[in-house]
Amino acid sequence: MIRVFGWNEFLVIVVAAQWTIALSAIAFAGGSIGGLLIALMRVSEVRAFRLFATGFIRVFQGTPLLMQLFLVFFGMNIFGFAINPWIAATIALALHASAFLGEIWRGCIEAVPKGQREAATALGLRYYHSMRHVILPQATRIAVAPTVGFLVQLIKGTSLASIIGFTELTRQGQIINNATFSPFLVFGTVAAIYFLLCWPLSLVARRMETRFSRATAR
Amino acid sequence: MYEFNFTPVLASFDQLLIGAWLTVRLSFAAMLIGLVVSIICAWGKTSGPAMLRAVINGYIEIIRNTPFLVQIFFIYFAMPSFGPKLSPNSAALLALVVNFGAYGTEIIRAGIESIHKGQVEAGWALGLSRVQIFRYVIMKPALRTVYPALTSQFIYLMLNTSVVSVISADDLAAAGNDLQSATFASFEVYITVTLIYLALSVGFSALFYAVEKMAFKYPLSR
Repeated sequence: MIRVFGWNEFLVIVVAAQWTIALSAIAFAGGSIGGLLIALMRVSEVRAFRLFATGFIRVFQGTPLLMQLFLVFFGMNIFGFAINPWIAATIALALHASAFLGEIWRGCIEAVPKGQREAATALGLRYYHSMRHVILPQATRIAVAPTVGFLVQLIKGTSLASIIGFTELTRQGQIINNATFSPFLVFGTVAAIYFLLCWPLSLVARRMETRFSRATAR
Repeated sequence: MYEFNFTPVLASFDQLLIGAWLTVRLSFAAMLIGLVVSIICAWGKTSGPAMLRAVINGYIEIIRNTPFLVQIFFIYFAMPSFGPKLSPNSAALLALVVNFGAYGTEIIRAGIESIHKGQVEAGWALGLSRVQIFRYVIMKPALRTVYPALTSQFIYLMLNTSVVSVISADDLAAAGNDLQSATFASFEVYITVTLIYLALSVGFSALFYAVEKMAFKYPLSR
């Protein structure tokens, strides 16, 4: 007996969006911490840090997110942890986000004029205080728009977690599709929900970008 | 302690290389067709009628704000209910073209808009035809401007092709999946596949850089 795609099926898909949002939020939080570390290492004066950060970014930007998910998923087993799609997806996406945010934020830190750092040093501020009170507050202003832009990419990326068996929006759509055989309605709904999540963020990012470029053009 | 066993992976390494070749071929095919789509859409968006502009904008926004995985599911599973039923490989190519087209349009459009209006007017004054102006005055310098963005979009496209293995299209990730189910050496297989992807993206970045140095050697005179 084939189920009909009705109101209940629609609601099941809508509710599954919470897992997409939760996964995106956790990965973004983890990626922010990792990304800040990577960005600071990338602009560090210690050569080993710079090399590590460059290598980290190169590897994560040069390999598919799907393979990163697979490696964490199967790798967890090797290190003696039970295979858990939730944890594997979170770790893989957080590492992925660390690399991308690290590269974005590096650019933002470097965009702060060099004189600012020199002025901080002249005022007797050490590394921590000059970063914390002089460089990062200015870099943050530059970073907001591209960071929101990356958040859209991250939300879209969480759809790949469905392939390692994490039941979020896309996977829920597949499950409902297998029961109802109405792919047009099911994947149309799934796509529409992703669109509603991502489009406002894209618009905000674009508006901030134009406002910012206008402000700096003056 | 886990014992790594790369022997079965290395024994079937040729399968992975064939998969890598399929990935490269698929990526280039998608980019070439996608570029044609991009140029047409960019032209429509900058100088087409308002109606066409709205359609192209809708296309770009929808594609850029939904995951590629959902797009490929839609094309493979949902399209047969109102259109042709495609084989996995054709569906994969179509999905990649549609996806690349949206990003490519924005890149090409940015390139076209970087051309100063006076250049086009100078072209008119010299008696060039509409096509000649588009080809020589707009496209040639615009491509130079957008080349770096286009090449990084290509790398992104190539990494994205790994997703097509989900609808059982043939590529490197699919070759990895086959090898994994034959050997059960999951981690070893996927780390090897990942390293091949890394080699491909690093290799193509270097290649594109070399091409850029050669093809755009002529000086900018302004």
